Amino acid sequence: MSALVDLMDYDDVLATYDPVLGLEVHVELSTNTKMFCGCPTDFGGEPNTQVCPTCLGLPGALPVVNGKAVESAIRIGLALNCQIAEWCRFARKNYFYPDQPKNFQTSQYDEPIAFDGYLDVVLEDGETFRVDIERAHMEEDTGKSLHVGGATGRIHGAAHSLLDYNRAGVPLIEIVTKPIVGAGERAPEVARAYVSALRDLLRALDVSDVRMDQGSLRCDANVSLMPKGGDTFGTRTETKNVNSLRSVERAVRFEMSRQGAVLSGGGSIVQETRHFDESSGSTSAGRRKETSEDYRYFPEPDLVPVAPSREWVEELRGTLPELPWERRRRIQQEWDLSDAEMRDLLNAGAVDLIAATVEAGASSAEARSWWVSYLLQQANLRGEELAALPITPVQVARVIELVTTGTLTNKLARQAVDGVLAGEGEPDEVVAARGLKVVSDESALRTAVEAALAANPDVAEKIRGGKVQAAGAIVGAVMKATKGQADAKRVRELVIEAVSA
Amino acid sequence: MSNPVSDEITRSTAAELAERIHRREVSAVEVTQAHLDRIAGVDPEINAFLHVDGTGALAAAEAVDAALASGEAPASPLAGVPLALKDILTTKGVPTTCGSRMLEGWLPPYDATVTRRLREAGVVVLGKTNMDEFAMGSSTENSAYGVTRNPWDRDRIPGGSGGGSSASLAAFEAPLAIGTDTGGSIRQPGAVTGTVGVKPTYGGVSRYGLVAFSSSLDQAGPCARTVLDAALLHEVIGGHDPLDSTSIDAPVPPVVAAARQGASGDLTGVRVGVVTQFAGEGYQPGVLRSFDAAVQLLAELGAEIVEVSCPHFDYAMGAYYLIAPSECSSNLARFDAMRYGLRVGDDGARLSAEEVMSLTREAGFGPEVKRRIMIGTHALSSGYYDAYYGQAQKVRTLIARDFAAAYEKVDVLVSPTTPTTAFRIGERVDDPLAMYLADLCTIPANLAGNAAMSVPSGLSDEDGLPVGLQVMAPAQADDRMYRVSAAFEVARDAAQGGPLIHRVPDLAVTA
Amino acid sequence: MPAISRDEVAHLARLARLAVTEEELDTFASQLGVILESVAKVGEVAAGDIPPTSHAVPLTNVFRADEVRPGLTQREALAAAPAVEENRFRVPRILGEEQ
Repeated sequence: MSALVDLMDYDDVLATYDPVLGLEVHVELSTNTKMFCGCPTDFGGEPNTQVCPTCLGLPGALPVVNGKAVESAIRIGLALNCQIAEWCRFARKNYFYPDQPKNFQTSQYDEPIAFDGYLDVVLEDGETFRVDIERAHMEEDTGKSLHVGGATGRIHGAAHSLLDYNRAGVPLIEIVTKPIVGAGERAPEVARAYVSALRDLLRALDVSDVRMDQGSLRCDANVSLMPKGGDTFGTRTETKNVNSLRSVERAVRFEMSRQGAVLSGGGSIVQETRHFDESSGSTSAGRRKETSEDYRYFPEPDLVPVAPSREWVEELRGTLPELPWERRRRIQQEWDLSDAEMRDLLNAGAVDLIAATVEAGASSAEARSWWVSYLLQQANLRGEELAALPITPVQVARVIELVTTGTLTNKLARQAVDGVLAGEGEPDEVVAARGLKVVSDESALRTAVEAALAANPDVAEKIRGGKVQAAGAIVGAVMKATKGQADAKRVRELVIEAVSA
Repeated sequence: MSNPVSDEITRSTAAELAERIHRREVSAVEVTQAHLDRIAGVDPEINAFLHVDGTGALAAAEAVDAALASGEAPASPLAGVPLALKDILTTKGVPTTCGSRMLEGWLPPYDATVTRRLREAGVVVLGKTNMDEFAMGSSTENSAYGVTRNPWDRDRIPGGSGGGSSASLAAFEAPLAIGTDTGGSIRQPGAVTGTVGVKPTYGGVSRYGLVAFSSSLDQAGPCARTVLDAALLHEVIGGHDPLDSTSIDAPVPPVVAAARQGASGDLTGVRVGVVTQFAGEGYQPGVLRSFDAAVQLLAELGAEIVEVSCPHFDYAMGAYYLIAPSECSSNLARFDAMRYGLRVGDDGARLSAEEVMSLTREAGFGPEVKRRIMIGTHALSSGYYDAYYGQAQKVRTLIARDFAAAYEKVDVLVSPTTPTTAFRIGERVDDPLAMYLADLCTIPANLAGNAAMSVPSGLSDEDGLPVGLQVMAPAQADDRMYRVSAAFEVARDAAQGGPLIHRVPDLAVTA
Repeated sequence: MPAISRDEVAHLARLARLAVTEEELDTFASQLGVILESVAKVGEVAAGDIPPTSHAVPLTNVFRADEVRPGLTQREALAAAPAVEENRFRVPRILGEEQ
């Protein structure tokens, strides 16, 4: 695919042009019910089982706003440092498309609930880049189409399509940035970092699942180039279907190179929608529309205006959690980590898990050690994210406690964790079932030591003769005899004691 | 062939029937059967019904009788009384077409709130009545299923869009009916059929399940042969509905009490405003004479008559024919052949969804609906929005202000309901603007969201056809217009020698 | 506002997904022209600073609790569909892109 497209060397693009970005992120809210009706929003249900007259667009059915969705929208707006509208309306965006049951989308037009905010984004090297937010508004999702026939399951070449309206009407918040200028060579990184920061923010607010893979967070990237040092934006393209953080970065970079090649070759950019292809990392033009779209927005007459009182807004401001970057700063300080150590934890996705483990009573050093060494290894072996491991921070904290109190050795503790990961239950259940407790019964240990010395008279002799390091063989034999459940250090002491007696 | 017993039933008022059913002097089943027989006899001539649900009606009537027999109190003051439902309100499992080919054969999977409230009140739904397609029209000639004929003169229109509901009352096929009124679709048919039609305050009756024409104007309301019957029905269907965001969260104004109070015939201290804008060119002289006589009668009942000017009413028609088509162009977009209703041109391969949508909408909608969709599409287009839709909404504000100013001086406003008596079938079909004039006097109340009703004022002296008196009241003061209308009704009957409706010519009943 | 051209009517019909006939284009062009001329009278009103009315009721903040309500069964949802396949609404091939 990309071989057919002329690309300009990235450094050459930057030598000639300044990139301008605009990012539109759609977030599906994790409310129990849809934006305008009482249907559930669960992902992955049987087709057309989460529908009612309203979200199916049946004649006569009417919408009623989900108050929780408005609350989430206001909280998102506040977290993005936005103004919250004193009065705003929903509007109808009119266009025909089969995935849209009413052939209009109930959205907001010139009266968004939140506007004029910003998000400070921390880049790889710790530098902060401020992204200005134009608006955040409420709307509804569409249904899902399945394209049948044709080679790829894609829309082109399909013989017909199948529609499932379970997703139709799921609450969406669309967050739109102001044009992002001045990012220069770091534009792709800024785009990625922005979406990443936004995702963390939304997760902290507990308003969305923010699963890019399931489409609960979707990003459209607008990219244009203007001659270096200029102030007139170039024609932009809008790239859709950018479904991972990595793709956001790649798509922006690709468009910059593609547009650079077009412009420097004397061509002009066509304002169009482009699709990002994950496998090739390239974008391709969508089908050109025969007429320019005219959405004929007008105020939604079936819904009354939303006028959040200032008291309500302030009350919601009080519910905002510690924001992710503030929390990160605090944690780094409390755990006494270097920037590099902190970045490693972030990259491993371990910060929240460690924090929760600390919350459950473990020391930060122990918690960190467990998550970034043994558990990270296990996750890598399984090819899973750390967070996807079937063990909870509370369980990890319990294992650490068992070690601290001397019930388990580190080796036994790893076996206890293995048991939890294997689905054998809580750490205490695994310890009991697998008989993992340290053998601390001194007389039993002494008996085992005597037996081992008796079975290895030559070794005993060596020890007596001053070759203390030979004790290792006896310790090993005792550990074997006790199935590893003895405290090796204590066994060693007992061996020396017995030989010298 | 008419049957004296069932004639006696079908000519009774809803209040009378309810009383007799509740005293168990007659069963709800007998009353329902009498109306079903009447429909079978006269409807081939009138065509008021698109669908008669005899089985459902009799089952509902039986349930009422059984409850009464077991000693239960009636579910409502209208339990057991039959009703004709405009085919724009959804009925679960019963066809709902909106008078359009687009919805031929559609069985809704849910009941409108009005339908549900009727059922819960024990009101017996006889069937669904004819209407102009998607409620766009003033004559029912825009129905895809044939015109409804006016029982007063079968060569004339019964009004519209709710001509089927009003005609069913005037033909004694039902004592009660439900209509919907976007620009006059309850009141104008009421006027030209000599029946009572009420457009409640916007938000007073739930719109959930009312297939939307123009969402900010549509309002369902009661149709009846007497003011009291309309009030009884109003209280059954009215009140807050959490499924309609524009529903008013307040009790229904006490319309039944007001109707009873009005029936005492005393209007002392009531200030009645006559809107000066509603007269002059385009008004039939006989209509104006009937109106003047009605005002005279109100004065005789003790009302104080005041002339009121509402200058922006002159722009109401223009504003209406921008706002209603704009909203309709969006509301009717859902009829696209994808999920329900008609589908035309799907050959399984060649034609795209876009083409099938366009072919279906072309085939499924009649000319008036297409005209309005295109006007609305135009009025909302970028470049035209401010001059058309935006300006119309400002005019709407000015009209509401005219009303507010008037209601500072008077309690109710009156006017003729419609400028002429029933016109002849076919007379205006090729002239949309002439058709639109039928709603000249009714539109302002829709734009302002106020209450308004039509009560028969008499017969026009030049053609012997019914004329309606429109009585308007502020939002949430529906009771005021019921009081005035009920007082007027009593005085009119006294002055004209009995109920006007009894002067409907006999219809030949097909055996 | 001036009368409306045949081309404009064709454009409106496309936007509104109406496959109008050639004959209808002529009829509608003249009828829409007459209607638009008549409604354009609203433009005569001096309404510069008048706030527009979009809703007839003075209500705000009508919200629903975030509680699941029973909807339709799959069978009910699909009952009126012109075509069904794999419990989904089957529609002809879609040409345009998602918005």
